[in-house]
Order: sequence, then structure tokens, then C-alpha cells
Amino acid sequence: MDAHEIAAALTQFLERETGASVALANVRSMTGGATREAWSLDATIAGAGGAREELPLVLLVFRPGGQRAFTARDEFRLLAATRAAGAPVPKPMFVGEAELGRPFYLMERLAGETIGRRLVRDERFAAARRALPAQLGAALAAIHRVPLGVSTGGDALEFLPRPTPGQPVVASELDRLEELYRQITVEPHPAFEIAFRWLRGRQPAGGGVALVHGDFRIGNVMVGEEGLRAVLDWELAHVGDPFEDLGWLCVRSWRFGMDHLPLGGIAQREDLFRAYAEASGRVVDPDVVRFWEVYGNLRWGVFTLVQVRSFLEGLSPSVELASIGRRTAETEWELLNLIEGKGF
Amino acid sequence: MQDRPTIYELLRSVQRFLSDEIVPATEGRRQFLARVAANAIGLVERELENESVHARREWAGCDELLGTAPMPGERAAVADAVRSRNDLLCARIRAGDYDAESPQLAALLRHVRQTVHDKLEVTNLAYLEVDARRG
Repeated sequence: MDAHEIAAALTQFLERETGASVALANVRSMTGGATREAWSLDATIAGAGGAREELPLVLLVFRPGGQRAFTARDEFRLLAATRAAGAPVPKPMFVGEAELGRPFYLMERLAGETIGRRLVRDERFAAARRALPAQLGAALAAIHRVPLGVSTGGDALEFLPRPTPGQPVVASELDRLEELYRQITVEPHPAFEIAFRWLRGRQPAGGGVALVHGDFRIGNVMVGEEGLRAVLDWELAHVGDPFEDLGWLCVRSWRFGMDHLPLGGIAQREDLFRAYAEASGRVVDPDVVRFWEVYGNLRWGVFTLVQVRSFLEGLSPSVELASIGRRTAETEWELLNLIEGKGF
Repeated sequence: MQDRPTIYELLRSVQRFLSDEIVPATEGRRQFLARVAANAIGLVERELENESVHARREWAGCDELLGTAPMPGERAAVADAVRSRNDLLCARIRAGDYDAESPQLAALLRHVRQTVHDKLEVTNLAYLEVDARRG
């Protein structure tokens, strides 16, 4: 669909949803991902009494197929539930399917920076970098508080991937990652085998079960000069061990060259641990987070294999995907560093 | 033998074209992809320069862990044979042959680290340099 077709179809949809007269402007394609396309648009909603409301919106249209865990409607509900728990999340506004021929939802469009390279380096984000460890810790604590499984007004989030019943969370995550690795890899990776072996031998007692964002890192949060504005990119959310999110945030690949600052290129791990412990009431054991950081580096390594696979199979000719295949070695190197105690 | 320019000279001319002419003339996503493409050309150049040294080193490391074997002469045969040896190595790691109490663990880590180091020497030298500066 092009911008005109989207504008026409969405205008009708929004008029029906709001019962008001709707005008759409500035419908523009934003960067499209593999599983969805994103559009930016401005809606003007004119009510019967002459009241006008300006809504800056983001439209997310889900592509058919793909390895998506849940639907547009599910993700819409997920955003609503995390907002209700106090996490900074864009407000989900409207959800539909038939009107665009594909599942979609609209959320409020927030202003801010998401590009990691700028966030870790630019002078204008210096104050944000000081504020972020506490804000990220508090946001994670809020996400991990989202009620699960028990029906709270129909918001049980039953669509989320869950650990294998009867199995400890940690073992369940390791099994799934290893299964994905064996299914996807086209070459042997001794460093990954070492990492799997290392992780198997060091499984911590679980940190309980919580909503896990699954991709909580610099690059997936929107930041203003004052600090955190919103947590984005919920596609990998699942029910799991809350400390998985803390470890993932410290994975080297999202330090954007500021390798000596393990917390996303902006701070030390301990700054996060302190803030998270305070906000969540959970005790943070650095060794447990270290386990999840190793797991995170391995998980990202396996994800690079997943991405290059679609290039190798001819599904996408993108030079970016091709090049990702040569980034796997970075995760192997970092895994060896962590396992041998030579990490940052 | 082919005439001049050499492979390296050709690659450098393509890389220069991408970095100096395409990157400044584009923006956004296309500019990003042009940078990625220019990097890929640099990577190919470093791989050509290093591949025979790296392959011999990986082979020698496997010899130490798996027992000596003659290295094939043909480039494609080397790739296949290294792959088979890595399959074997992976199977042994999975079987627990190099778990913490194994006297071979240090040799395994040394070999795998060297192999990954050699990959990064081609794909991302900066990554190694950061770690080297820390000692």
C-alpha cells in the first residue's frame, strides 16, 4: 500500500472509531523491519462540538508470515498492560485488521532519539546518560510487575510465549535457544558450543517468573535530553526470568563502541543493579546477571545466524543482512571473554 | 595471469567509489547501506590477504586437539575439511570432553580464541584493538 491508499483507508477507519470527522496529513513511511512496516502520520479529529484534537501517530502494519510470536491485537494489549503497570510506553490508540487488509495498530508518536551511536556519544545526551540507569532500572521493575496468568479484567496476556510447563525457566530458555541454534546454523561454531556447555553447568535458581521485554536495550528505547521517554520494540516479549532483561541490557553489541561502559555504553552494571533492586524490591545477584549476560551474547549470536539465513536462502539480497553474517564472530569473542573472566 | 589492475587494486577502486562518491551523495537508509557495502569490500580485501595464513593456523590448532592430519592443497577442499574437523570438535564439546576438569580445556580455549581472533582480524579489527588496549 502507498501513502495515499493508507490515508484513505485509515481516515474511514478512524472516523468510525471516533465518531468524528478525521483528516490525515504527513503520512510517511518510517524504517520498515522484517516483520512489520511503520508509518508516521498526523491525525486531526474534529468532534461535533467543534473540539479539535491533534494526534501524532505511528501506524504499525504487520507483514504476513514471519516468525512472529503474537498478533497486532496482542501487542496492542501488551502495551496497554505495561502502561497500566507504570512503564513508560507509547499509548496504544486504535487496533484493526480488515481496513488495511493486514493486521495493524496505531499508537501515539513520541519525539526523541533512538539511535544508539548518538545516545552514547553526543554531548546533548550527557544529562540523559546520568539519568538513564535509574530510569531503565525503574522501567524494568515496572515491566516485571505486569500481572500474568491471573485474569485482571481480561488482560491475562495469555498469548505470550511461556516456559515449558514443569521445567525450570532457565532450563526452558536454554533448551529453546539451543534448539533454534541447531535448526538454523549452517556451520559449526565451537565458541557457541563452549558457551552452551558453560551455561548448562551454571544455571542459577530462577528469579521467579515475570513479563520479560526480551529486547530491552539502547537502540530500543526512546530518549530525550532529560532521559528515558519510552520503551519500544516489544516483538520479543515473553514470560520468563526477569534477570534475562538485565543481562541483555549489558550485552556488548549495544554499547556502540563505548565498550568500557557495560550498561549500554552509558554506565556501569552496578548502577543498573542498584536502581533495579530499589525499584523492584528484588535482590540482584551480579553472578546471576552475569549468567544472563553470557546467555544474551549467545542469544544475539544465534540471532545473527537467523538473520543471515534469510540472505543465504535468497529471501533477501540485502547487503546489510549479508554483512550481519560476519558479525557473529564478535559475539563469539565476547563469549570467550566472559567465560574466561576477561570481559569489561 | 590477469593484467593489472590486481584484485586488490580493483577492490580498492570500488571501495573508494562507494565511500567517496556514493556515501556523500546519498542519505538515510541508502547511505547506511552504501557504508555497509564499502565495509564489505574492505573485509574481502583483508580476507584475501589473510586466508591462507588463517587456514593453516586453524588446521594446526585442530591438529593439536584432534590429532594430526594432512591438510588438503585445494582451497575448496580445505574449507570442507576444516568444517568436518569443527563438526567433530563441536561434538566433543557437547559430549563434555572439555568440561572444567579436562586437561584439554586450556588448549581448546586457546585454539577457539585464536580462530575467532583471526575471523575478527578480517571482519572487525577495531573490536580486537579495544580489548588489546586494555591488556
